[in-house]
Amino acid sequence: MSGSQIVHPHRSPAMKWVGVALLFIALAAMPFALAAVGQTWVRVINLALLYVMLALGLNIVVGFAGLLDLGYIAFYAVGAYSYALLSSPHFGIHLPFWISLPIGFVVAAMFGVLLGAPTLKLRGDYLAIVTLGFGEIIRIFMNNLNAPVNITNGPQGINLVDPLMIGSFSFGKNEIIAGLSISGPMKVYYPLMGLTILIILLNLRLQDSRIGRAWEAIREDEIAASAMGINTRNIKLLAFAMGASFGGLAGGLFASIQGFISPESFGLLESVMVLSMVVLGGMGNIPGVILGAVLLTGLPEFIRFTVVPAQQMIFGKVIVDPEAIRMLVFGLALIVVMLVRPAGIWPSSIRKRELTSP
Amino acid sequence: MHSIARISTLAVLTAAALLGLSGCGKETPPPAPAAAPAAPSVTVKIGIVAPLTGPQAHIGKDMENAVKLAAADANAAKIMVDGKQLNFEVQAEDDQADPKQAPVVAQKLVDAKVNAVVGHFNSGTTIPASKLYSDAGIPQISPSATNPKYTDQGFKTAFRVVANDNQQGKVVGEYIAKELKVKNLAIIDDRTAYGQGVADVVEKAAKAAGATIVAREFTTDKSTDFKAILTKIKGKKPEAIFFGGIDTQGGPMLQQMKALGIKAQFVGADGIQSSELFKLGGDAVEGTLASFPGLPIDKMEAGKSFNDKYKAKYNQDVVLYAPQGYDAFNVFVDAMKRAGSTDAAKILEKLPSTDYKGITGPIKFDEKGDIKDGPITMFKAVGGKWEAVATIGGAAPAAAPAAAPAAAPAAAPAAKDAAKK
Amino acid sequence: MDTFIQQLINGITLGSVYALVALGYTMVYGIIGLINFAHGELVMVGALVSLSVIKLLMGAGLGLPPVLIVVLGVAAAIPVCMLLAFVMERVAYRPLRGAPRLAPLITAIGVSIVLQNIAMMIWGRSYFSFPPLLNVTTYDVGGAALTDLQVFIVLLAGLLMAGLMWIVHRTRLGLAMRATSQNLQVAGLMGIDSNRIIVAAFVIGAALAAVAGTMVSSYYGIAHYYMGFMLGLKAFTAAVLGGIGNLGGAMLGGMLLGLIEALGAGYIGDLTGGILGSNYQDVFAFFVLIGVLIVRPAGLLGNSNTERS
Repeated sequence: MSGSQIVHPHRSPAMKWVGVALLFIALAAMPFALAAVGQTWVRVINLALLYVMLALGLNIVVGFAGLLDLGYIAFYAVGAYSYALLSSPHFGIHLPFWISLPIGFVVAAMFGVLLGAPTLKLRGDYLAIVTLGFGEIIRIFMNNLNAPVNITNGPQGINLVDPLMIGSFSFGKNEIIAGLSISGPMKVYYPLMGLTILIILLNLRLQDSRIGRAWEAIREDEIAASAMGINTRNIKLLAFAMGASFGGLAGGLFASIQGFISPESFGLLESVMVLSMVVLGGMGNIPGVILGAVLLTGLPEFIRFTVVPAQQMIFGKVIVDPEAIRMLVFGLALIVVMLVRPAGIWPSSIRKRELTSP
Repeated sequence: MHSIARISTLAVLTAAALLGLSGCGKETPPPAPAAAPAAPSVTVKIGIVAPLTGPQAHIGKDMENAVKLAAADANAAKIMVDGKQLNFEVQAEDDQADPKQAPVVAQKLVDAKVNAVVGHFNSGTTIPASKLYSDAGIPQISPSATNPKYTDQGFKTAFRVVANDNQQGKVVGEYIAKELKVKNLAIIDDRTAYGQGVADVVEKAAKAAGATIVAREFTTDKSTDFKAILTKIKGKKPEAIFFGGIDTQGGPMLQQMKALGIKAQFVGADGIQSSELFKLGGDAVEGTLASFPGLPIDKMEAGKSFNDKYKAKYNQDVVLYAPQGYDAFNVFVDAMKRAGSTDAAKILEKLPSTDYKGITGPIKFDEKGDIKDGPITMFKAVGGKWEAVATIGGAAPAAAPAAAPAAAPAAAPAAKDAAKK
Repeated sequence: MDTFIQQLINGITLGSVYALVALGYTMVYGIIGLINFAHGELVMVGALVSLSVIKLLMGAGLGLPPVLIVVLGVAAAIPVCMLLAFVMERVAYRPLRGAPRLAPLITAIGVSIVLQNIAMMIWGRSYFSFPPLLNVTTYDVGGAALTDLQVFIVLLAGLLMAGLMWIVHRTRLGLAMRATSQNLQVAGLMGIDSNRIIVAAFVIGAALAAVAGTMVSSYYGIAHYYMGFMLGLKAFTAAVLGGIGNLGGAMLGGMLLGLIEALGAGYIGDLTGGILGSNYQDVFAFFVLIGVLIVRPAGLLGNSNTERS
């Protein structure tokens, strides 16, 4: 089921715009539809949007440029801490989000270069372990920078982080607007979705740009790429910086939605999860990566809601702990999907060609 | 344009899938609304959230077990409120000790319209979740989150039945410096919110009481090898070592201390005051001191029977926070009885005036929702059992009368000491 | 001085455990270039199986000598781990040979999650303590404490590694393994059944993991269904430090990582004038790793020609 089969090749431009318009209406109505079922699902979709941003950011590094990064969550952490330090009572600074979010974006990009610079010579699995180490180093520093000078407040984390605010309109509060009861998560959905669409468009443009093609060239053959006149050093650093900046943006949003951040949110397993989304969805293919992120965020929640009723239906009672089943099914799903579709659920057409003609 | 069209197809598909998926969520059988055939009864849903998978699952499951036990007990007691018999239903959720999952899980409980929530287990999950419960007006009692920030947020729904780090750490730090007369103290913490929190307060209190901190070392909550830091501590020759952390590190740490020939007095907080420690530390545990917020469990009538009941039902010993979980549940029941209602708002009205004798001691809340003047008992490991050696605090005029005389003789000076402040 | 000797002893014991686990990573990697993320879980299964058998035998009251009980425990764990590795390779990795390089990495993560949760269902969530079977004697070495268990662990690890070296360099199987790791296709043309060789690498690594699991749980007195993750991660780091795919490198890397951790925790405070403490132990280890890889991009003993991308 590849994308090109679904989209009819001879569809007229007018039809396309109608499709886009319908999509926008569907996306705008989504939180209300989900809220009718339960606010939980609004939260799940918000979480999924954060992961879409993260997965798209990592996709630049892993999917486009072919650099295996196992410490990606560090940039998410950097963005989250930048936002939290600048917009919380911790230092008593309360910058508005349109200042502190971009700062997180830029700081994360700087960290991306910081990681990229010493690891330029490394390829493949050596790069993987160094990035893994980098991710752990960032987490450990955040966990310990409460002494001698208290910067991050250590394991206690930073609380009461400001929600997104425009004037006195807070995206963190439930309220009734024009007779509609709108919850905080439903409000946050809109800026999240807006930024996600922006990032998706940016990625699409990037992929087809000179830079995107340079990344692809490096991924396929670094030596040949540099022979073609590509400045591999700068282009690689750019991949790290761009990928990191999207992670930083997602981190800042995470801090604002969550209201509380602590280093335990940024462990190695998170990096592994984001990588799984990219690979499972279809590395290098933007729609695939989005699908991967949505599926892997939704699946555990979906199992959470179905495992008990399913057992009751089949056996008449709950036999196995739902929690144990939940992670078990999740692990099995990872294995089975990769076995059935080794290039990911929705791979890019180039990768598919590579795979079918070895 | 081609790719935009592809994206839009994808997005529509995704949206459709999500809607379908959430449809499934709705199909989960709704809890039988209070439509009881015979006696008039009302279903009361209590949520319990703890990590039920992952490295801390054993402690989380222990808490869930206790709440389920409390619900079974309450159902057996056929409690009548407002002319209706209460039928308790426990909804257990797994937050995996993950701060990001906590709001999602909390929202699930809010959507399910639970009457009250016991949990969460970790401070890192309790704090982000508490905002949701506050917004929804659902009372929440954490049996184990000790980070002072939890109740500092000013939420009217946030309570806890465990002493916070400041309360417990101060008592332990002063006990080490004044009662044990330790001059040189080494401190280790596991860099978790709990371990670091309590260790920092112990350090401050011990210093203020005249002790010198000769070493401050660190480990993690996933470590098993402590020989390097212990070796370093050995060189500093402290008379006592305080460990802020839990039994899964404490046990192996004690064994490694013994292997290295370190003779210093080992002191911990409630994180190591468990039966597990004896399993994990073997005979190296002998002589260890640990604090526990509350009265010695065997001094409480209910406490003794709780241990037996728990063991009979689950065929294992209490791991750690089961008594607090059991108490948290019963504080809700007590509030329901006093309010004459199971409504969350009515429970909330009555919670601040709680005066309940739980299995961990008398439970009253201060204006923030912290447990008030909770007595803190120091225990010593003697022959594979915890023996109470001193009960500190709780003897203040307002506290329950049962508190003061319960402790062993050594308690007298300590209690007096604490009462002076 | 006695502190320094003690830290050396601590580091060497820890290092030999890392080395033993690292060998499993490096053997598989050397042959098919796969990071078997689930290898740490084999250590966990090994520890829990041997522990269960040991407890069973102690409870049976046969009056067996303690050493024999431990040996029987390990003997039971080895085939279980080998079988598990065999199934793992067959189900999760073999179908993906020739697939994009990251696909088996994701299945490995899946296998790791599955094994952890199955172990949780079988053994429960509690931590297991290793029964105080072995009577540990402590010796005094220049003021530092050295137990016979530590000596035994280091000796056994050394013996196993020597045995592995012998297999790889002196037997036909080893010859086939080395050929396969050079070039899978060409080795196949030379009449080597490469599938068999790959299975052999997995299974031998699993046997070492089973022994390492028992060692770790007896040394630290503790076993838990989650123990494999951290240990696997450290061992993987050690393998890369030494040059992944290189057996000698795995041993060197393991030993070095053990020493770096022990000395790092012990002296990092003195080195930085008390600004950083033992909380930066892992940071220190990773900095050393990054430093080594910047100077030698393929690890200490790695050959940059065999590096895969």
